Amino acid sequence: MTYHLTTRAMLLASALALAPAAWAETPADTLVVAHTIDDIISLDPAQSFEFAGNDVNNNTYDRLVDFDPLDPDAGFQPSLATEWAVSEDGLSITFTLREDATFHSGNPVRAADAAWSLQRAVKLDKTPAFILTQFGFTADNVDQMITADGNTLTLTMDKPYAPSFVLNCLTANIASVVDMETVMANEVDGDLGNGWLNTNEAGSGAYVLSAWRPNEAVQLTSYEEYWQGAPEMKRVIVRNVAESSAQRLLLEQGDIDVARNLTPTDVESIAAVDGVTILDEPRGRILYMGLNQKDELLSNPAVIEAMKHLVDYEGITGSFLKGQFVTHQTFLPLGYLGVLEEQPWTYDVEKARQILTDAGIEGGTITTRVRDLREYVDVAQTLQASMAQVGLTLEIEQMTGAQVLDAYRAREVPIFLGEWGPDYSDPNTNAATFAFNPDNSDEAAAVGLLAWRNAYEVPAEMNEATVAATLEQDADARAAMYQDIQRQYQAEAPIVPLFQRIEQVGMRDGVQNWWSGGAISSVMYRQVTKGE
Amino acid sequence: MALTDPTGAATQPSRRRALTRRRVRSVAGTVLSLALTLLGLLLVTFIIGRVMPIDPVLKVVGDRATQAQYDAAYIAMGLDQPLIMQFLSYVGDVLRGDFGRSISTGQPVAQDIARVFPATFELAALGTFIGVVIGVPLGVIAAARRGGIIDQVARVVALVGYSMPIFWLGLMGLLIFYGMLGWVGGPGRQGILYDGMVPTVTGMVLVDSLIAGDWGAFRDAFSHIILPASLLGYYSLAYISRMTRSFMLEQLSAEYVTTARVKGLSERAVIWGHAFRNIAIPLVTVIALSFGSLLEGSVLTEIIFSWPGLGSYITRGLLSGDMNAVLGGTVVVGVCFVLLNLFSDILYRFLDPRST
Repeated sequence: MTYHLTTRAMLLASALALAPAAWAETPADTLVVAHTIDDIISLDPAQSFEFAGNDVNNNTYDRLVDFDPLDPDAGFQPSLATEWAVSEDGLSITFTLREDATFHSGNPVRAADAAWSLQRAVKLDKTPAFILTQFGFTADNVDQMITADGNTLTLTMDKPYAPSFVLNCLTANIASVVDMETVMANEVDGDLGNGWLNTNEAGSGAYVLSAWRPNEAVQLTSYEEYWQGAPEMKRVIVRNVAESSAQRLLLEQGDIDVARNLTPTDVESIAAVDGVTILDEPRGRILYMGLNQKDELLSNPAVIEAMKHLVDYEGITGSFLKGQFVTHQTFLPLGYLGVLEEQPWTYDVEKARQILTDAGIEGGTITTRVRDLREYVDVAQTLQASMAQVGLTLEIEQMTGAQVLDAYRAREVPIFLGEWGPDYSDPNTNAATFAFNPDNSDEAAAVGLLAWRNAYEVPAEMNEATVAATLEQDADARAAMYQDIQRQYQAEAPIVPLFQRIEQVGMRDGVQNWWSGGAISSVMYRQVTKGE
Repeated sequence: MALTDPTGAATQPSRRRALTRRRVRSVAGTVLSLALTLLGLLLVTFIIGRVMPIDPVLKVVGDRATQAQYDAAYIAMGLDQPLIMQFLSYVGDVLRGDFGRSISTGQPVAQDIARVFPATFELAALGTFIGVVIGVPLGVIAAARRGGIIDQVARVVALVGYSMPIFWLGLMGLLIFYGMLGWVGGPGRQGILYDGMVPTVTGMVLVDSLIAGDWGAFRDAFSHIILPASLLGYYSLAYISRMTRSFMLEQLSAEYVTTARVKGLSERAVIWGHAFRNIAIPLVTVIALSFGSLLEGSVLTEIIFSWPGLGSYITRGLLSGDMNAVLGGTVVVGVCFVLLNLFSDILYRFLDPRST
């Protein structure tokens, strides 16, 4: 402590003595990140389903398989599991666990912990549980379906799912391996430690959670016994800074190392600043336009086709969405298995007018609801202008995100403009919501499916193809199946993917190997270094 | 007072008893009316929260939840109960000191408020201090030299203070004093070096670092609070100086002031010794109210300066349908106003010679 104080006193003295610039310099072994982290509700991996919460858990927990932050394109890699084998009938996968990993409590990581963690997530049945239960696990059968024996763990599924599908799902947050003994010591009223884990952590990851002050900061400390070696950054501090301009100032001053929510304007002005670099990283979110098929006008195939040509793709990505989005016209994000890179639609008002004239559509009025986020409203207004050119009137009501979501889930948004983020790193995550809707009736209440929310009656063969793709054992054949689905989707679907999100990360020079998690995962800190 | 009661000592005890009774009754009345005020406040906030077109269950379970998960959360949150039952059980919990759990932080509301309230209190107290120390003399001088240069300056200062968006002023302040000059700390309550270093006692970083005797931490915290506090101080200064000025003008045109002047009292004695003393009472009310409004109303300042305070806590709660957070925060603000009223009541007794 004395040492701390003297260092601090010296730093302070030098800061006061020198120019103002020296006031601010983050310590060499500390990574300071500014981010909006006010969406964290829970840190329990069985429950957490928000971006900022997953950002924390990705670093405090390990999973059986994980991505290599230095080579994410390589896909899932051995992590706590060193190898795995699929049974002949394709119904089970047996994982062999490494024996040198320990939890932050000091307890060894055993196959029993890993099995219990998955069972626990299924039994708690919180929102992300579907990522696991889609393999046929239920609270009643999961103890038999997921078993541990020595240092092996066996998953038995109800169908022979594609191994890539299963393993991709096991990279998800909900598949994090938690320390059974520590968690059960904190169990209250049979909650399997959920209450305790909401604000605490019991993982084996490279970082230990040292503090979480909601809406304020998350502090992580390096785990010195980490099985892959202690990370270089000894402390990671994520501060909640809501304002882009405040993040920009902090970064310019060197008070933070990384700024994650810079607006295009701030990115532009900070790019010119000495000592700061901007990293563009494609994320998984897709900005799309959903045309509600309950609307008489919008269910006309000619209108659907015309609308695809009324979006000024280049104009939008070149102006107000510059740097934040790129044009992307399919429901799988770049970075996913089987993603289609074709872009069939261009902005062409004449063509749209022709399509409408040929179909005998004179015009019409649509009133829609748009979330009061600048990006969405701007896109809506651009669309409004180009629709006006072909005789279609668009009236826009701005609302809060929660209000729009309520209406959307009740199938009451005629033209939905918003984003969808994938839930896990397998193509099925988006295919199963954009291109799958087995029962389009109101009574089905499949509120989770985007196709249902837009009342899109997905053709039977597309529904079947989406299911079949989850069972294809060969990864290449699987990719080809997804490409076929996407082509058919582009040809007819009333849900029109428009743009893919790019995260523009502002960093001080010297910060190396930053990875926000790309399209497939969440941020990872253990590989980050800070040089000169 | 020199006159003695002719009936003498015989009636004294009974009169004292009557007085005590009256006092007890008046205290009880005050407490009752305070309780009713707070209950009314709770009821109104509760109803507004329930009729708001935001689904709090969605906030908890998220967009991807199945109907079964949604229903389970709906019941767990007690939303299946009739509105009146929900309200009664909430009030019952509050009386037991349980404000429920916030759905946007996942933590008990009482714990959240214990964390965010000191941050706001510290900021508002310093802001009000700045507003009073500058605003009151400015208002008095402006009134004394009506139409003079100081009066004009004070008018412009107040006008700018009223009309400038705090958002813009805050960003400009940050840009100039933090970004360009480097005189103050950036957004946030503490620099990275000191974050979490000082043990939490009161939750107010300035006070806690003094308790810990850590001067470095104190200077750091001060460098972070001074800009937002000055900004809030500026706004309360604008209000306080205008009010002071108009109170003073009223007094200065009163006859006793003319009398005092005619008697040959120095101008300073007239202004500070007589007129100012008489405005002290309404001024205390103004200051207390301005402090109260800083406690709940500094949302934008809190957002710009990444200040994790009560205002942004309540606002965030409101936007996400987190009614426990909103109700808890509102109760705290309500109690603050009540206490401030009480406090200025007590101050009156000291300041007003008639009440002794």
